[in-house]
Amino acid sequence: MTVLELRKVSKVYGDGATEVLALDGVDLAVAAGSLVAVMGASGSGKSTLLTIAGSLEQPTEGDVLVGGAVLSKMSRNDQARMRRRSIGYVFQDYNLLAGLTAVENVSLPLELDGVAARKARAAGMAALEELGLTDRAGHYPDQLSGGERQRVSIARAVVGDRQLLLADEPSGALDSANGEAVMRLVLAACRRGVAAVVVTHDAQLASWADRVVFLRDGRVVDQTAPRPEPESLVR
Amino acid sequence: MSVRHALLALLSEGPKYGLQLREEFEERTGEVWPLNVGQVYTTLQRLERDGLVESDDAADDGPQKGFRITAGGEMELAHWLRTPPDLSSPPRDELVIKVMVALRMPGVDVHEVIQVHRRYLVELMQQWTRLKEDEAGFDVGFALVVDAELFRLDSVIRWLDAADGRLKRAAVDGSIAAAGEPTRLPKPKRKVVVRP
Repeated sequence: MTVLELRKVSKVYGDGATEVLALDGVDLAVAAGSLVAVMGASGSGKSTLLTIAGSLEQPTEGDVLVGGAVLSKMSRNDQARMRRRSIGYVFQDYNLLAGLTAVENVSLPLELDGVAARKARAAGMAALEELGLTDRAGHYPDQLSGGERQRVSIARAVVGDRQLLLADEPSGALDSANGEAVMRLVLAACRRGVAAVVVTHDAQLASWADRVVFLRDGRVVDQTAPRPEPESLVR
Repeated sequence: MSVRHALLALLSEGPKYGLQLREEFEERTGEVWPLNVGQVYTTLQRLERDGLVESDDAADDGPQKGFRITAGGEMELAHWLRTPPDLSSPPRDELVIKVMVALRMPGVDVHEVIQVHRRYLVELMQQWTRLKEDEAGFDVGFALVVDAELFRLDSVIRWLDAADGRLKRAAVDGSIAAAGEPTRLPKPKRKVVVRP
């Protein structure tokens, strides 16, 4: 089942002499359970692709479908509900609220969506437990290491019944061990059925993906073949 | 790493039989470096000739013949561990040459050539990373081998990314000659030699 689909998506910023074509006719489909990495240099349109896929921005042309529904045909309220219920975001700088504990940060999207506080907290605790953070539930973001903060933000992105996980350079400032831990968590979410898109310039991160799509000057220029069996390396 | 020093390292843990050495060698190198028995015995004979290992004289040659490291062998191993390998750049890196040639060939898009190699390297990295997915069946030795390969491939991709960016900027500046003009590959002004 295709969870995310971009059809001939273009995005233009500015106009006249300052016009910039950030995305140029991008087609992309991501199935449930699969992890797609989008690689490209800075300025290639990766982050724009992600914000448009997550309905944080509107495309200038083309359609974005999440769970089969065309976003442009939905009301603003329905789009907002879709963002809260179906889409989880992971950012390079974590975007955790400093005044809330780890579990409060994780359960916040559910509470905003009208889930009762107690039930939301239980779901938040379950998500933290899955990421090995039970003993950090009561800590505030500034009491957590960078790796722990990113794991909390992944817990927040997958809490509840999310279909789509969107991550922008999720291991940004983390060392390679923490970067690997982050990708293992994203992959584990995919193996439970979530569709994920990770945009990155880092090949080590991208290599965790089932498919890597290469973006250049706003266009998809190439993609990797389906992953071969690892046995071909070790004989 | 030479088979010679790998065998000395295994013998530094205590005396071992030839067959046992072969099995432990493959185990420690994450089974990515298979050895045949012949290689093991030839290397052990040379080590013995050089006075770095000793064997049980009584036993016949074969899988049950035992070997132990000598004081000379211990010294050789300690010296090898601390000697930096030769990391000076090879005289001709094929990928660098391909990109430089593509830059000068009429009708060839150098960025497309770079992307072909980038995709191939990312696909290779995907295969190595996949080996890491199953943490349970993954020992530390094997993890080190896989990481080393991933970092090596990653560094080549970073060079391709840097080359891609540099060529894009140069095209904007107009500092790259139009394809088809008779130009020579740039020559380094002096030979750069890095010695350990």
